[in-house]
Amino acid sequence: MWEPIRKVVNAPRSHSKTLFEKIFDRHVIVTRESGDALLFIDRQLIHDLHYRSFEELQAVGRTIRYPDQLFATPDHSVPTTAKKLTDIPQGEMRDTVAGLQEAAERIGFTHFDMTDPRHGIVHVVGPEQGITLPGLTLVCGDSHTSTHGALGCLSFGIGSTEVKHVLATQTLWQRKPRSMRITVDGTLGLGLSAKDIILTIIRHIGAAGGTGYAIEYAGSAIRQLSIEGRMTISNMTIEAGARFGIIAPDDKTLEYVYGRPYAPTDEKWEEAMAYWRLLPSDDTAVFDKEININAAAIEPTVTWGNSPQFCVGISDVIPDPASEADLATRANMESALTYMDLLPGTPVNKIDIDRVFIGSCTNSRIEDLRQAAEVFKGRSVVVPTLVVPGSGLVKSEAEREGLDRIFINAGAQWREPGCSMCVAINGDVLSPGQRCASTSNRNFQGRQGMGSRTHLVSPAMAAAAAVTGRFTDSRRLSS
Amino acid sequence: MQPFRRFSAVAVPIDIPNCDTDQIIPARFLRRAKDDPAYARFLLHDLRFHADDTETSFIFNQIPYTNAQILVCDINWGCGSSREAAVNALMANHIRAVIAPTFGDIHYSNCIKNGLLPVRLSAANCNHIRIQLHESPGASITIDLDKQAVSGPDRKGYMFDIDPMDKIRLLHGLDDISMTLEHQAEIEAFERDYRKKNRWIF
Repeated sequence: MWEPIRKVVNAPRSHSKTLFEKIFDRHVIVTRESGDALLFIDRQLIHDLHYRSFEELQAVGRTIRYPDQLFATPDHSVPTTAKKLTDIPQGEMRDTVAGLQEAAERIGFTHFDMTDPRHGIVHVVGPEQGITLPGLTLVCGDSHTSTHGALGCLSFGIGSTEVKHVLATQTLWQRKPRSMRITVDGTLGLGLSAKDIILTIIRHIGAAGGTGYAIEYAGSAIRQLSIEGRMTISNMTIEAGARFGIIAPDDKTLEYVYGRPYAPTDEKWEEAMAYWRLLPSDDTAVFDKEININAAAIEPTVTWGNSPQFCVGISDVIPDPASEADLATRANMESALTYMDLLPGTPVNKIDIDRVFIGSCTNSRIEDLRQAAEVFKGRSVVVPTLVVPGSGLVKSEAEREGLDRIFINAGAQWREPGCSMCVAINGDVLSPGQRCASTSNRNFQGRQGMGSRTHLVSPAMAAAAAVTGRFTDSRRLSS
Repeated sequence: MQPFRRFSAVAVPIDIPNCDTDQIIPARFLRRAKDDPAYARFLLHDLRFHADDTETSFIFNQIPYTNAQILVCDINWGCGSSREAAVNALMANHIRAVIAPTFGDIHYSNCIKNGLLPVRLSAANCNHIRIQLHESPGASITIDLDKQAVSGPDRKGYMFDIDPMDKIRLLHGLDDISMTLEHQAEIEAFERDYRKKNRWIF
């Protein structure tokens, strides 16, 4: 159907570029002496929390420059028990979702509302619809916009002033970040997933390790991942401090993108291909920083603190702050252990949990649900468990495959798509002090509700925790 | 946008490494309009208030730190969520500058876009200043953006780096859109060419 993507070999070093630079440079409109570049932005995604942007722009007399390149869907404020707007109780949640819908109707941009089967979490919907494509610049007022980098797209999260800037001008001022390549080689053990890889990476480089960098992920373990697995990796790049987590497009990417509703077709596909083929970083490209990770050494991983960098393998124990030489890190660990109500030396597989959440833009795609279902099959949950698909299309695919029956038969709740208990502002929250095994991306204090205690894990590990009531190596339970 | 040139104010030390934007403003306040009269309370809310809304002993609640308009923080201040509400909450409390060893990239950019000055000093210097602020409650710090210098409670000078364009933005209180529109002709020329060469995108 298409020629395979190959690296440009032997490019002269002076002209060699990284994947990131190739996309960045192509979108530069003007560069100031200071190095600031005005970038053309191909696409913007928008969710409910930004609905005020439209009236704020209108108030200062500005219009939306490219409504056709703007795609919206409500996700943060949708209750997972609601199927349509009027199912949401009166109040700020409903006003927020209604506000986005009204703006879409008034201005005429694409909006997948709650009744549309394509509705879902913005970072699930973008790639699913082919809105996300290799070689584009794509932004969204959400830090997890790094997700789309998995398709070789230069995507990044922005604040609400920048959201309005893109709406009004379709451009954004940026400085080219430093470059970092994280190469994950070796074979990932059976029963492990992309979540375990990215948590291990964050543990290795730290929560601020990627600050100021655009990260490119490479290596055999990344190539072996499916596109959905790669999205999990790119998604959590921001938890290592970097806004960009990009992966070179390859044949899997093309296969994934081809035929999606907003992907180019016919001659336009050929034109796009001619560009995409040249995207992978040149062999001679130089990165400011190189990190190597051995996939074979990765274990099912569980976070224990209030930063994703604080994680250990399932066979480990909770680390002892006393063994940490750096005093600031030691104090940080101590306060995390107090908040999390954990004692140093406790084996991870002896920690009991109160709740389980499977969902979020990190882990709510069909492959994530399949991995969880594999563990749930023929078993019953012993703690309240919420399973929230990433989109209406993921939901219907899961139902077509019978996964919903597996979840429901196991005693889990099967809900409507949305961000749900990852950001916990839609009514799905933990009670103070509750401990949750969660497939989401942040274990910050209070993230899943005031006083909540979050442990980040993969879908299989979350399911294993649901059926045993404690952290359990999911590889022992897979059928 | 209010220009930032030279500013002196009481400073408060915040000794929390990796203080994420969920701590700066919890997500449940994100639907509130930024002119909500309660907005000032949302800043560091769950550290400053108990569940029954009474104040905790958190340093920002203690006199004279309650008057602080400069924060001196620890590593990776403002990591995590892109919520600009974190900056709105700082501004609702009249905070005009945050000094930290490192910032979350998106939060840093959000500060700049609102005229709030993020100052990067070394971890050792931030630590040193925080200790002084604990020892001398109510001590002031002066920040001179033009000279790119911080004068600590001990009157010692600390130089800092800032992107030249960000500096101009803050010194003159420029908003991005008007600056961008200065390049309108270049934008239009780029768009014509880009759309022709990239029909597959449009």
